Amino acid sequence: MELILLLFTFTLAAFLGFELVSKVPSQLHTPLMSGSNAISGITIVGALIAAGQVDGSLSKWLGFAALVLATINVVGGYMVTDRMLSMFKARKTD
Amino acid sequence: MQFAINISYIVAAILFVFGIKMLGSASTAVKGNRISSLGMLLAVVATLARSDLGYEWIAAGILSGAMIGYIAAKRVQMTGMPELVALFNGFGGLASMLVGWAEYEKARPDWEVYLALEENSAVPGSWFSALVIVLAILIGGITLTGSIVAYLKLSGKIGGTAIVFPGQKVMNLLVMACLLAVGVLFSMDAEGLNAPTLFLVVLALSLLVGILGVIPIGGGDMPVVIALLNSFSGLAAAAAGFVISNTVLVVAGCLVGASGLILTVIMCKAMNRTLGNVLFGGFGAASGAGGKEVEGEMKGINVEDAYYVLEAAQSVVFVPGYGMAVAQAQHAVKELAEILERNGAEVRHAVHPVAGRMPGHMNVLLAEADVPYEQLCEMDDVNAIMSTVDVAIVIGANDVVNPSAVDDESSPIYGMPIINVHQAKTVFALKRGQGAGFSGLVNTLFFLDNCRMIYGDAKATVSGLVSQFDD
Repeated sequence: MELILLLFTFTLAAFLGFELVSKVPSQLHTPLMSGSNAISGITIVGALIAAGQVDGSLSKWLGFAALVLATINVVGGYMVTDRMLSMFKARKTD
Repeated sequence: MQFAINISYIVAAILFVFGIKMLGSASTAVKGNRISSLGMLLAVVATLARSDLGYEWIAAGILSGAMIGYIAAKRVQMTGMPELVALFNGFGGLASMLVGWAEYEKARPDWEVYLALEENSAVPGSWFSALVIVLAILIGGITLTGSIVAYLKLSGKIGGTAIVFPGQKVMNLLVMACLLAVGVLFSMDAEGLNAPTLFLVVLALSLLVGILGVIPIGGGDMPVVIALLNSFSGLAAAAAGFVISNTVLVVAGCLVGASGLILTVIMCKAMNRTLGNVLFGGFGAASGAGGKEVEGEMKGINVEDAYYVLEAAQSVVFVPGYGMAVAQAQHAVKELAEILERNGAEVRHAVHPVAGRMPGHMNVLLAEADVPYEQLCEMDDVNAIMSTVDVAIVIGANDVVNPSAVDDESSPIYGMPIINVHQAKTVFALKRGQGAGFSGLVNTLFFLDNCRMIYGDAKATVSGLVSQFDD
C-alpha cells in the first residue's frame, strides 16, 4: 500500500509544482531556477542514510560521495539564490 | 521516533511549497528562499535523528560539502552564475545517481534479505527496486553529464555552437533505445548473474546520453536546456526517493521536476518552437549553410558621432544581451540611461525572454545595476512602439534582434519572436568584433542601412558615451 501512496503523492506534487510556478514573472526566472535547484538537493536525505550505514561497504563510500555533492548543491544553491535575490530587495515590488 | 521523523518530513514539504510560491513574487522572494532552506534544514535534522546512522562519516561529508558550496557561492561573479547553477545541478544529479547505486550495492549481495527488510515491506519484488534504481541512475546520469556539458559551453571552455554530425539523430535514438532495453532487461532479472554487468551498462549509457543529448544544442537554446536539466535533477531526486521509499524526496523532487518543466515550456513558447524541436532540431546545424546570402556591409561609427545622434534622441531603447554580462557593462548602461533621461529622452530596457544564458539573466544584471523597474519593458510592449524609437542600442544581444527570424525561412531561428530593433530609426550595435557570436549565426541586422556598429568592449563604449555627455 505504501507504494501506491508514494505514487499518489508524486502525482499530486506534480500538479502542485505546475500550479506554483506557472505565474512567476520572467524577471524572477533565474532566482527560481537557482532556488529550485537548491531544493533538488533534498537528495541529501538519501545520502545521509547511505553514508551513515555502519558497515564499511561500497554503499557507504557511494553514500559519502553523494553526501558531499548533495551538500554542495544545497549550501551553494541557497547562497547563490540569496545573492541574486538581495539585488531585488531594494527595488519596488510589483 | 519514526513517526516524529515523518511528521517533520511533512512540515519540510510544506515549507518547500511555501518557499517556491513565495519565490514567485519580488516582495516575498527573499523570505521564500529562507523558508525553503528551513525546510531543507528540518529534513536533514529529522533524518539525523534516525537511530541507525554512524555520525563520523556524516559529519565529514556535510562539512566538506558545506565548505565547498559556501566558497563557490561566495566567490562567483554575477556573470558566472548560470554556469555555477548548471554545475550544482549536475552535482545534484550525480548525488541522486549515487544514492540509487548505493542502494543497489546494499541489495545485490542478498536480494531475499534486502526485500525482507522492514522498510521494504511495500516493495512488490526485486523487479520494482531494480526499475526505480534504473530510473535514478538514468535520470541522475543524464543530469550529470548534460549539466557538465552545459557548464563547459556556458563558461566558454568548449564552443557554444551546436556540435552536429551526419547520422547523429539516428545514433542518439539508438543509444537511448539501447539504454531503455538494457534497463528493462536488468529489472526483469535483477537477481540473476548478469545483473551487475547490465547495471554498469545502464550507468555508462546514461552518462553517454547526457553528453550526446546536449552537445547538439547551441546558442540561444541553452536557457531551455538549463531549465530542463534543472527539472531532471528534481526528477532524479524523486526517483531516488522511490528507491529508498522516502516521501520527502519524492515530494520535493517532484515539485522541482514539475516547476522546471513548466519553465522549460514557457521558454520554448517564447522562442515559438516546440521542446522536441529544441532538443532534436540541431539548432545552428545549418549555420554554415543556412540563411540567405547577406548583402551589404557592416558600417561602423565612433563614439563621438554616436553621441551626436543620442543627444538629439527623444526615445531610446536598450536591448541587453549576454555581451553586456560578459563586459559587466550594466552599471555603465544605467549611467547612460540616467543621462539620456536628464537630457529629455524616454528610456526603456527591452529584455527578450531568452536573452542571456539563463531565463531572467538580463533582469538579474539590470537589478544589480539598480535600473528602475519602470524602465524595463516586455518584448511585445516595446515592439508595438519600436517605429517611434529614435535609437535602439543593442548591447551584446544577437539572435534576439536578428531579423532573419522574421523574414528568412531558411534560417534556423525562423519563427522565433524577436525584438524588432530594425524598425527603429537608428540602431547602434555594440559588439566586440565582427565575428558571428555565440550561436554562429549571421545577423542580418548589422547589414541594414539604419544600423551602425560600435566596436569594442561594451563597457568601454558605454562609458565613452557617458563621458561625451559630461563634456
